[in-house]
Amino acid sequence: MSKPGESQQRSPRSHIQLKQKELTSKKRDEFEDILEERRLSSDLRYAMKCYTPVIYKGLSPCKPNAIKTAVLQSEQVQYVIKQLAKEMGESPDIIQEEATEILDEMGHSMQLGAVRFFISFCLSELFCKYWSNIVCSVFLFQLQHAIQEHPVVLLPSHRSYVDFLMLSYLLYTYDLALPVIAAGIDFLGMKIVGELLRRAGAFFMRRSFGGNRLYWAVFAEYVKTMLRNGYAPIEFFLEGTRSRTAKTLTPKFGLLSIVMEPFFKREVFDTYLVPISISYERILEESLYAYELLGVPKPKESTSGLLKARRILSDNFGTIHIYVGQPVSLRTLASGRINLCPYNLVPRHLPQKPSEDIQEFVSDVAYKMELLQIENMVLSPWVLVAAVLLQNLPAMDFELLIEKTVWLKGLTQTFGGFIEWPDNLCAKKAVTSALALHSNIARLVNGHVVLNDKGEEDGAIGEIVFKRALAILMCGNYRNQLLNVFVRPSLVALALQMTRSFRKEEVYSCFSILRDVFSDEFIFFPGISLKDFEEGCFLLTKCDAIQTTQQEIYLTDKGSVIVSFLSAMFRPFVEGYQLIFRYLSKETREAFTEKQFVPGVRNFVFQLLEKGNTQCYEALSSDMQKNALAALVQMGAVKKKKM
Amino acid sequence: MAAEAVGSGGGSPSSARRRLRIISGHLRGSGRAALSPSPCKAQGGPAGPAAGSIPKKRQELLKWNGWGYNDSKFIFNKKGQAEFTGKRYRLGGMVLPTFKEWIEKTFGASLEHKTTSRASLNVNDVPPSIVNEEFLQDLRATNISYSQDAEDRVFRAHGHCLHEIFVLREGMFKRIPDIVVWPVCHEDVVKIVELACKHNLCIIPFGGGTSVSSALECPEEEKRTIISLDTSQMNRILWIDEKNLTACVEAGIVGQDLEKQLGESGFCTGHEPDSMEFSSLGGWVATRASGMKKNIYGNIEDLVIHIKMVTPRGIVEKNCQVPRMSTGPDIHHFIMGSEGTLGVVTEVTIKIRPLPEYQKYGSVVFPNFERGVACLREVAKQRCAPASIRLVDNAQFQFGHALKPQVASIFTSFLDGLKKFYITKFKGFDPNILCVATLLFEGDREKVLQHEKQVYDIATKFGGLAAGEDNGQRGYMLTFVIAYIRDLGLDYYVIGESFETSVPWDRVLDLCRNVKERIVRECKEKGVQFAPFSTCRVTQTYDAGACVYFYFAFNYRGISDPIHVYEEIERAAREEILANGGSLSHHHGVGKLRKRWMKESISDVGLGMLRSVKEYVDPNNIFGNKNLL
Repeated sequence: MSKPGESQQRSPRSHIQLKQKELTSKKRDEFEDILEERRLSSDLRYAMKCYTPVIYKGLSPCKPNAIKTAVLQSEQVQYVIKQLAKEMGESPDIIQEEATEILDEMGHSMQLGAVRFFISFCLSELFCKYWSNIVCSVFLFQLQHAIQEHPVVLLPSHRSYVDFLMLSYLLYTYDLALPVIAAGIDFLGMKIVGELLRRAGAFFMRRSFGGNRLYWAVFAEYVKTMLRNGYAPIEFFLEGTRSRTAKTLTPKFGLLSIVMEPFFKREVFDTYLVPISISYERILEESLYAYELLGVPKPKESTSGLLKARRILSDNFGTIHIYVGQPVSLRTLASGRINLCPYNLVPRHLPQKPSEDIQEFVSDVAYKMELLQIENMVLSPWVLVAAVLLQNLPAMDFELLIEKTVWLKGLTQTFGGFIEWPDNLCAKKAVTSALALHSNIARLVNGHVVLNDKGEEDGAIGEIVFKRALAILMCGNYRNQLLNVFVRPSLVALALQMTRSFRKEEVYSCFSILRDVFSDEFIFFPGISLKDFEEGCFLLTKCDAIQTTQQEIYLTDKGSVIVSFLSAMFRPFVEGYQLIFRYLSKETREAFTEKQFVPGVRNFVFQLLEKGNTQCYEALSSDMQKNALAALVQMGAVKKKKM
Repeated sequence: MAAEAVGSGGGSPSSARRRLRIISGHLRGSGRAALSPSPCKAQGGPAGPAAGSIPKKRQELLKWNGWGYNDSKFIFNKKGQAEFTGKRYRLGGMVLPTFKEWIEKTFGASLEHKTTSRASLNVNDVPPSIVNEEFLQDLRATNISYSQDAEDRVFRAHGHCLHEIFVLREGMFKRIPDIVVWPVCHEDVVKIVELACKHNLCIIPFGGGTSVSSALECPEEEKRTIISLDTSQMNRILWIDEKNLTACVEAGIVGQDLEKQLGESGFCTGHEPDSMEFSSLGGWVATRASGMKKNIYGNIEDLVIHIKMVTPRGIVEKNCQVPRMSTGPDIHHFIMGSEGTLGVVTEVTIKIRPLPEYQKYGSVVFPNFERGVACLREVAKQRCAPASIRLVDNAQFQFGHALKPQVASIFTSFLDGLKKFYITKFKGFDPNILCVATLLFEGDREKVLQHEKQVYDIATKFGGLAAGEDNGQRGYMLTFVIAYIRDLGLDYYVIGESFETSVPWDRVLDLCRNVKERIVRECKEKGVQFAPFSTCRVTQTYDAGACVYFYFAFNYRGISDPIHVYEEIERAAREEILANGGSLSHHHGVGKLRKRWMKESISDVGLGMLRSVKEYVDPNNIFGNKNLL
C-alpha cells in the first residue's frame, strides 16, 4: 500500500538495486529481492496468500497452549517444583501456580492470522517504504530440507530491532515454517506491540534469571519442548542483544546450551544450527546507538517511542541483505568430541550442570556460528568509505577518497570480505550514492568530504567534543563492519610495527598478546592463536604485503602502505585501550564498581579530549570500555569480586 | 509335521508331550555322533557320550559356509518364487509368494544379479597344521580323540559374524586352529589343559560355534599351536535331582538335546536362546546368554547353580549346590561372560522345571511403535510379562509378512483380507506405521488364560488389538529361520547382521529411532546406493529396561569393499547405541568385535579387575583367544 508518489521518488535507486542485485564476489548469484514481487502485488493478496509451509517430518501439530500444558506437566518442571516445595516448605500447588505465571508471561501464542496481519501489513508497508529492497540469499532449499529433517535453530546476527520478525517475513514469503523467537522481556513493557509480537511467535525471556531455578527450569523446558516436537524453528540471537557498534558481540551461551541439550541427551537425532547474517546498508538506530555509547541513556522501549521512531523514518535506509547460511549439523560438530557418559548416568529429566567439556563445546559452537555469521555479512561501499574517511579527518579530497576506496575494496576482497559492489558500477557512482544514503554522517563540501561533526552553532568546548565524538562513533560503527574480516592480518601488521622485528617468534608473541587483549572486542575462535596468526600472515602474503620464511617475516615495498593502513584502522582500539589502562592504573587506587567504571573512564577521556591531549574519540565508547575491562578480568589483571 | 500343532490346539491334556514334539520337530537332528571309547564314568549317569544332534563331523550335517543345516535354506525355485527347503522347520517346503517382491522392493536387489560362493572348501588354501610331535605323543597317550584335518579345523575357526561367513564364501582365514580335540568328560579336559600348559600351547574352547562377536577367530599373531577344544562330545546329563529341581549336565550339550533329554523325564530348563539348536550350555555360561523365555525361567545367571571349570591354575568350583551364598563376590560371575579367556567350563548344575502343561501364542497390533513400547513398559511395570513378549517395528512386521507362506484355501485368504480390512480401514491403523507384539504364555491352563486376559487388557489401554495366535506363533518360528535368510541375501549382493543392546525404559524409543536413523545416514555417506533395511524389535522386558534387537542389511552392489563398509556402519551404530545410554551387549558378548569399547563400558579400574583375575588364573595366556580384555 505504498503511495505511488513515494515509490516513484525512490525508484531510481531502487531500480539500480533491483536490476543489479549483483555482488562482487562468488556469491553474487545467490541473492534475490523479496520486495520486488511485493511491490507489484497488493498487501492483501500477500496476506491471504496460500501458505502451506514445509514443516518437520516428525511434527505432531499442537496449539501453543498445549505446549504450555506439556511443559507444566513435564517431569523436568515437576521435579524442580517438588524440590523447591520441599526446600521452602511450601505446597507444590503454590509453586506450580508460580510456574504457570512464568509460563504465561513467557509463552508465545503464535496465530497464523496475526502473523499474516503483522507481516503483510505492518512489515510489508514498513519495509517497502523505508528500504530500497530486501535481498536474501536464495539458497533456501538447504534450509527447507533442514526444516523437514531435524529441529532447526535459526541464529541471526543482531544489529537492529528490524531483525525481529525479519526472518518470519522471509520464511512466510518462501513458504517455510514460521519460527518462534526469543525476545527480551522488555518488549512486554510496550503496549500492544508486546502482545502483537507474542502472537507473531515471540516468546519472552527475562534478562537474567541465573539464580531462579524455577524460572530456569520452566524456560529451558519450554524451549526444549518446542524443539523436540519440531514445533517450529527456534530463533534467537547469539549476541544476546543488539550490537551497538555493528561489530559482532561475544556470544552468550545460555540459550544455545539449552537448544543443544536435547541432542546431547539423544532426545533428537540431530539439530541444525543455521547462522544467518542480516546486513543493513544503513542501520535504523544508528544515531541512537552513538548516543547510547556516549552514555546518553537509551529511551525505554515504548509504543509511542516506536511510533515516533516511525515518524523519523522518513528516510531511505538502503538495502537489507539476509544471508541464510548453510545449516550446520550439531551431530557433525559433536562427532568424536564429547563424552556423553555423564548423561547416561543420571535420569534425563534431572537438571544437570553441563560438564566442562560440554561447556567448552558449547562455547566453541557459539564462536563458530558467529564466525560464520561474520563470513557472510554483506559489506556496502559505504563501509569502505567510512574506513577510509576515518583515517583522513577532518576533510578528504573526493577523488582521493574514491581512489582509496577502490584500493580498499580490492584488499577487502583479498581478505575474503563480501562486498556488494556490482562489477559494472563505477567507483564514483558507488561512493556518491553511499554518501547520499549517509548524508547525515558525511557530505561533500567543495570537492572534499567532511564529517557532519559540527553543531548548528558553535557551543562550549564540551559540546564540540561531544558532537565530534558522535559523528566519529557513527562513522566508526560502519567501519566496524570491516574489522572482523581484517582483524587477523591487522593484528599481525600491528605486531610487526610494535615489535619492529622480523623474527616470526617475536611477532607472534606480540600478536598473541594483542589477540588476548582484544578477545572481547573481536571474535576469535577460542584457543587457536597460532592458527589465527598464520591466517593473518597468509592473508598479508596473499596481498603481497609481506614475505615469510620459516623463521622470519619481511615487509615488501608494497607492504608498508598496507601495513600502515591496517594498523591505522585498529589504532583507535590500541589507543583507546591504552587510555583505559591509564585510567585504571592512575585514577583508581582501590576497588570500584562496574557502574562507576564507565562514567569514570568517560570523564577521564573527555577531559583529555577537551585539553587536546588525545584524539582518540572512540575511547568514549562504553562498549570499548566494557570490553577492555572484561579482557583485563579474563587475563587476571583485574579481579572481580562480589560485594 | 509335529511343529504345526504348536499352540493352536491348546488345552489338550498331552500338551506337555506336544511341546516336546515341537522342539524335537523343528529341531530334529540326525544324531549320528560317533561313540568313542571313554574311560569317563559319571556318577550314576550313562556311560560314554550321548548321541547328540550335532555330529562330531559337523560338516556332515551343517553348512560349511552359512547358517544351520545343509538341507535347510531359502532358494528361488524354477518359477522364481522363494521357497524354504528341508523338512526341519514348519516353513520347510513352503512357497513364499510375496518374498521376492519384498526383497526387490526393500533392497533394490534383483534376481539377475547374483554372487556365488565357492562351491566347497579348498583344502589347499587352508593354513597348514603345525603341531609339535612331543605334544602329539602325549596327546595320543591320553586316548583323547583329535583331528588335524583341514575341514575340521576350518569349521572351528569361526563363528557367524558376517565377515566370517564372507571369508568362507570368498577367501580363507589367515589363522585357524592347528588341531581339534574332542574330550568326552571333565577328566579329559583336565588332561588337555595340563598338556597345553606343559607344552605352552594355546587353547580355544569351542561349543556350538554360534558366536557373533568374533570370539572364535584365532588371533593372527598367535605363534603357538592353537588347540580347538571342542566340547561337543561332553554332552551327557549326569544326573537329575527332582527334589531340588536341578540337573548336572556336561557343558558341551547343545540346547535342543538338553531340552529333549530333560523332556524325556518331564522337565525343561526353559532356556531358549534363538541359537538353541546349535549353541551349547558351556557357551551360554561363557557369554552370559539370555533365553527367549527368561521372564519365567530367568537368564543363564539365574539358572546356574554350580559351575565346574578347568583352568591352567586348577579346577574352580564351589563346595555346595545352594540357591545363594554370601561368600564374597560370586566366583560364578568371573566365569559367566569370561568368553573362554580363563578356562573350559566342563560341568554345570542348572535349575530345571516341570514341563509346562499348556502353551499359548498370541499377538497384538498397535497403531504405532510408541504405543507398543508404552504397553510393554506397563506390562513390565505390573510384572505380568508372559514367558515371552516381543515388539517388532513396522519394517520387521512387513518383513514377517513377506515370509507368509502361500495360503492353502480361499477361505483363509478371505479371512486374512477381512482381518486386514478390519485393522486398517475400520480401526484406522496405517499399515506403514502399525507394529506388532508377539506373545508366548506358558504354565497351567487356568493361569495362562487368566494371564492372557490381563495382558490383553493392558494392551487395549494402549490402543492394541488382539491379532491372533497364528501371527504370534509365526513370529517365533521366524526367529529360527531368519538366520537362514542372510545366506540367501549373500547370493544377491545383500549383506546383513543383527546386533543387540539393553537400555533403560525411558530411552528405548529414542535409542531405536536414533540407531536406525544413524544406520540410514551412515549408509548414505558411505555410498550405499539403496536405502538400507534397518529395523528393530524390543525383545525382552525387565523392571528397569528392555533388550532391543536390530537387524540391518543393505544391497552392496557398486561398493568395492562391502565388508569394510559394513563394519564401519556397524561400528557407528554401536557408538550411537552407547551415546543413547545403551549397553555394549545384552547377551551376544564382547568377543573381539566389541573389545574397543570395554574400557568405556566398565571403566579403567573395572578392566583392571578383570585383568588381574586373568593374570592369576592364566598367567601364561594358555586360553589365548584374546576375547574381552
